[in-house]
Amino acid sequence: MAIKIEARNINFFYGAHQALFDNDLQIAEKMITAVIGPSGCGKSTHLRIYNRIFELYREQRVEGELLIDGQNILSPNVDVLELRRKVGMIFQRPTPFPMSVFDNVAYPLKLHFKLSKNETAERVEQALRGASIWDEVKDKLKSSGLALSGGQQQRLCIARAIAAEPEVLLMDEPTSAIDPVATLKIEELMEELKKKFTVMIVTHNMQQAARISDFTAFFFEGKIIEFGETQQIFTNPRNPKTEEYITGRFG
Amino acid sequence: MFKVDTAFKWLCLGCAGIIGVLMMGFFIQLFMSSMEIWNEFGLGFIVSSEWNPVTNKYGALPSIIGTLSTTVIALIIALPLAFCAALFIVDARPQMGNILGQAVDLLAAIPSVIYGMWGLFVLAPIMQDYIQPFMVDKLRMDKLPWVSDEFNGFGILTAGLILSIMILPYICAIMRDVFQMTPAMLKESAYGAGCTRWETTKDIVLKYGIRGILGGVFVGLGRALGETMAVLFVIGNMMGMPDNIFSGATTISATLAGNFPEADGMQRSALFALGLILLAMSFAIQVFAQYYLHATSAKRGEAR
Repeated sequence: MAIKIEARNINFFYGAHQALFDNDLQIAEKMITAVIGPSGCGKSTHLRIYNRIFELYREQRVEGELLIDGQNILSPNVDVLELRRKVGMIFQRPTPFPMSVFDNVAYPLKLHFKLSKNETAERVEQALRGASIWDEVKDKLKSSGLALSGGQQQRLCIARAIAAEPEVLLMDEPTSAIDPVATLKIEELMEELKKKFTVMIVTHNMQQAARISDFTAFFFEGKIIEFGETQQIFTNPRNPKTEEYITGRFG
Repeated sequence: MFKVDTAFKWLCLGCAGIIGVLMMGFFIQLFMSSMEIWNEFGLGFIVSSEWNPVTNKYGALPSIIGTLSTTVIALIIALPLAFCAALFIVDARPQMGNILGQAVDLLAAIPSVIYGMWGLFVLAPIMQDYIQPFMVDKLRMDKLPWVSDEFNGFGILTAGLILSIMILPYICAIMRDVFQMTPAMLKESAYGAGCTRWETTKDIVLKYGIRGILGGVFVGLGRALGETMAVLFVIGNMMGMPDNIFSGATTISATLAGNFPEADGMQRSALFALGLILLAMSFAIQVFAQYYLHATSAKRGEAR
């Protein structure tokens, strides 16, 4: 089992407030790693370092090293646009762009590749199939992405993310705004996704983490309290804090 | 209880009705007062370019051209300015954004007659001595058919420039709201997909807020069409047909403001007819704007 990503000694600050403390984490390639913990424990903050999206906000700052394939992506001479192609992100609520279903998926292709019309159409179909939404939208590719249902919108966003041919997918509570049936579909989809991509998912839903992930990291107050195979974390946690959380005594 | 509700309903109906009646009233009154012109010239009044009180020949075309050309110039200058200013204000550090935002808002508080005076004594000489010569000598813009090499300071370009400053705060305020309304998560997903700042703005923020931005454009358009005082100072007030953007001209509102005191008979009627045309233009733009915004929202599949 290869290590795709390695976080070393990550500290994170919102202005003067420190949100993450000495996070060390190793993410296995083509596996699903779940990040769990109570609200405000820093799990989303941690995820948002991996594609440097936090840099949009002036007061946010990170220290430490984050190696993807051995390269420190926090170093200033990394091409952030290329990094974000390699590391796709799915958000808490579906965020289809204000354009047609087709254009939503074709847009990242246009940003990153020079493709002919036919190639683009082919890749769009591939991506939509990859996100198991092709059958539902193939007849309305020209209609607005905003007209789809919530669950479909989220899978459209997954299609958009995988169209850019990333290596890593970051999912920040991807099912928190979606009904149970649509959630199930996305969980099934994730089983498919991990064949091609290294997936990290932040989730509030412990059953979800237990169901779909291979590894789980438990965050508490900005620190990684415990990290290990999901099975072990949920059946035999080593740290009493972890046990308290997964048995529902707080959070 | 029932009686109070009923009375309140009628009160509200009355208030709403007054607006409709007033609107109709404006059209009817302007039409009645300009009957003489329509009887004499018919629709030819709109396309005729002669304006001669001595021979009692009247045409609206120069005023209409003046109004449209100053408005278009104002929009061409104000739109990109307002767009960039709004972008910067929204994205700048909070203190800096606040100060700049307030400064732009304050532009709207300046009375239009002040703009007129400033235009007359400051802007017009600058236009004549520097900007117009620069446009012709350095940018060689006299190759364009609507630019001449006679510099006179007053005229369509100067009026358009003043107008652009006057409508800037309105457009800028609306664009700021639009940029601020774009959900942070939507912008983040654009950046997350590998967009640059410019790509995010152009492809996501702009498309997301297109209705608001067009709304802002139409507010600016409406103001520029009807603005009178500032234009009156700098337009040059020539009733003839303008042949380039440096030439003195007139707008409908400037003609109205400048000519009523000594007008009677046929000329008075002609001025009312101009008023009617202006009202119809503003009205048409509003209706078109509403229709267009409605159509684009339907196309984008919004439930709103």
